[in-house]
Amino acid sequence: MRRSYVRALGTVALAATLVVAAGCQDSGGGEGGTASGDCGGKIAIFGAFTGDNAGLVIPSLNGANLAVEQFNAANPNCKVTMQQFDTQGDPAVATPFANQIAGDNSFLGVIGGHFSGESDATMPIYQAAGLAMVSPSATRTDLTQKGNTSFYRVVGNDGTQAGAVASYLKTQNAQKVFMVDDASAYGAGITDELGKQLGPLVVNKDKIQERQTQFDATVSKIKSSQADFVFYGGYTREAAPLVKQMRAAGVNAKFVGPDGLYDTAFPSGASGGAEGAIITCPCLPADKAGGTFSADYQKKFGIPPGSYGAEGFDGATIYLDAFKAGKKTRADILAFVKSYDKQGVSKYIKFDAKGDVDPTKVVIWAYQIKGNAIEALQELKLS
Amino acid sequence: MHFDELIGHLGQHTVDGLSKGAIYALIALGYTLVYGVLRLINFAHSEVFMVGTFAVLILWTQLGVQNNPPVGQAILFLVLGLVVAAVASGGTALALERIAYRPLRRKNAPPLIFLITAIGLSLVFVELFGQVLPKLLGTVLPEAFGRPRQIVGMPTIIQQETLFTIGNTAITNIQLIVFVAAVAMMALLDWFINRTRYGRGVRAVAQNPETAALMGVNQERVIMLIFVLGGIMAGAAALLWSMRFGFTQNSIGFVLGLKAFTAAVLGGIGNLRGALLGGLFLGVVEVYGATLFASNWEDVIAFVVLIVVLMFRPTGLLGESLGRARA
Repeated sequence: MRRSYVRALGTVALAATLVVAAGCQDSGGGEGGTASGDCGGKIAIFGAFTGDNAGLVIPSLNGANLAVEQFNAANPNCKVTMQQFDTQGDPAVATPFANQIAGDNSFLGVIGGHFSGESDATMPIYQAAGLAMVSPSATRTDLTQKGNTSFYRVVGNDGTQAGAVASYLKTQNAQKVFMVDDASAYGAGITDELGKQLGPLVVNKDKIQERQTQFDATVSKIKSSQADFVFYGGYTREAAPLVKQMRAAGVNAKFVGPDGLYDTAFPSGASGGAEGAIITCPCLPADKAGGTFSADYQKKFGIPPGSYGAEGFDGATIYLDAFKAGKKTRADILAFVKSYDKQGVSKYIKFDAKGDVDPTKVVIWAYQIKGNAIEALQELKLS
Repeated sequence: MHFDELIGHLGQHTVDGLSKGAIYALIALGYTLVYGVLRLINFAHSEVFMVGTFAVLILWTQLGVQNNPPVGQAILFLVLGLVVAAVASGGTALALERIAYRPLRRKNAPPLIFLITAIGLSLVFVELFGQVLPKLLGTVLPEAFGRPRQIVGMPTIIQQETLFTIGNTAITNIQLIVFVAAVAMMALLDWFINRTRYGRGVRAVAQNPETAALMGVNQERVIMLIFVLGGIMAGAAALLWSMRFGFTQNSIGFVLGLKAFTAAVLGGIGNLRGALLGGLFLGVVEVYGATLFASNWEDVIAFVVLIVVLMFRPTGLLGESLGRARA
């Protein structure tokens, strides 16, 4: 008898520990409270705030939180709240959240999605509900080409980024480019765009799958292609082991990847293998962002803003401006976003008819891995 | 279709596949041992492996290991890593059996309850290492738990180099070590099960638990033994993995565990030599498939081969049996 009591108690204790730990996470999440007064309102932000690729998204969340906090401090009579929905970047998780947000009339706008896949899956739901979506980082080109009227992004698309990668590779005198992608909405999208621009420079390609860990076949294909550049379209989780296994096998081709790898988990996960790798990103180096954003961010979070910190701030700012202008309905806010025309911290923000920012205002930077840091290298010319 | 690439470098792809499959085979042993004795598919075994990789990661980062240490130190780190991983994985496997499976057995729970418990335990461990430990130990062990749920790299202990070349097939030091170490571990286990007194007990319980008990075999001790043995093999696999690939993640066990389970079924679950054969076969088939089509086809090829093999040999390549006398 006694033994089974002990066991039951042990189980309860374990369960309690788990619940407490899970609770800690949640309490760090959404900012509670409801809107008050005539001014203000509630917005939602969704994205991969935990999970394998969270490092890419957290800066944007922080940036948006910073914007809301500064706004509320400066406008005590106009309280804005922002609730977080952690999708882990998974369209299947994002969809029920989208239904929940769309069905709750207190939400007046949405920041997100942060990845292309989750944005694609939830766009029709938000459009049907008349909610504006402002994405800080969903870059797949066709997101804005499907006739959706409520999706806007404050970031350049993959077509623009692929063009910049192509012109970078050409200035580096690339002769044989081997392309690998993870067959995801984002990875395959940007890799195909690049393939179109590079044409005969592409010597061979391979597709891997998400969660793959061993890349013998891919590495031997790269080896026998004698490529001088390897382009990888995808995210950190697969890129870090891939580049490490490439280097271990003695492949010296230069490794180039898009903004999906802009995450310090990439160099640290590859433990040295990623040294010198090039990452392109339509995101500004911290010190190039406008206003006091970088300093404020550094002060609040203790680290410099990483990928899309400034874009997250800009995304939130659009809604904050809408509230300040007295917009109170989903339709008014959507119209406000559509006609937004103002300098943001990341770039000048004005959307074209499809919801993309003006391509000439997009800036794309190349970064280089040095140790465990991602250092700004140069601004890329858009082809 | 890249037939010329596959045929032109057939030897190379075979070597790559064998060293890939050796790790599958080591993990597969854990599934096969437990199944052979308990008729239970211990789906939490993949997390036993994951715990082993974290043990190696924590050991190496706490020792302050840098990339490419001198040979003497490298051997020391590997031996220490093997011990720590074996203790961590073996201990985890034993804990699973004591905390979760034994109480169920005492109550004569139906097999499905064991299965769902195993799957539940697997999730508990994934989240334990993804959420709970980072909360508790994030500041103490930042190298291992500072980035919850993300991939973490480990120092490179041995620089990969080509040892010798046969034709156009290059064999690297790492591939050789992984293959030889894995086969040696399995030979040791095979000897243990087939030649020692404890092994005889394991085989007796596998064949007929009641008769074995009547003959004085302590069934509970045998069950603990097989969990520990399976855990030690997973620990060895974790060390070889860490040496070869040098990274881990809380969710790393899932795909590998699935592959190892497939390898066990392919070879004949419950059959130790079958696990070896199944693992190596699966590794080679995957590399061939990935070369022939694209790397995202490797699972498709692997599972198609599994289905085809099971159509003609429903009990796997070597048949189900753990020291079973009857055919």
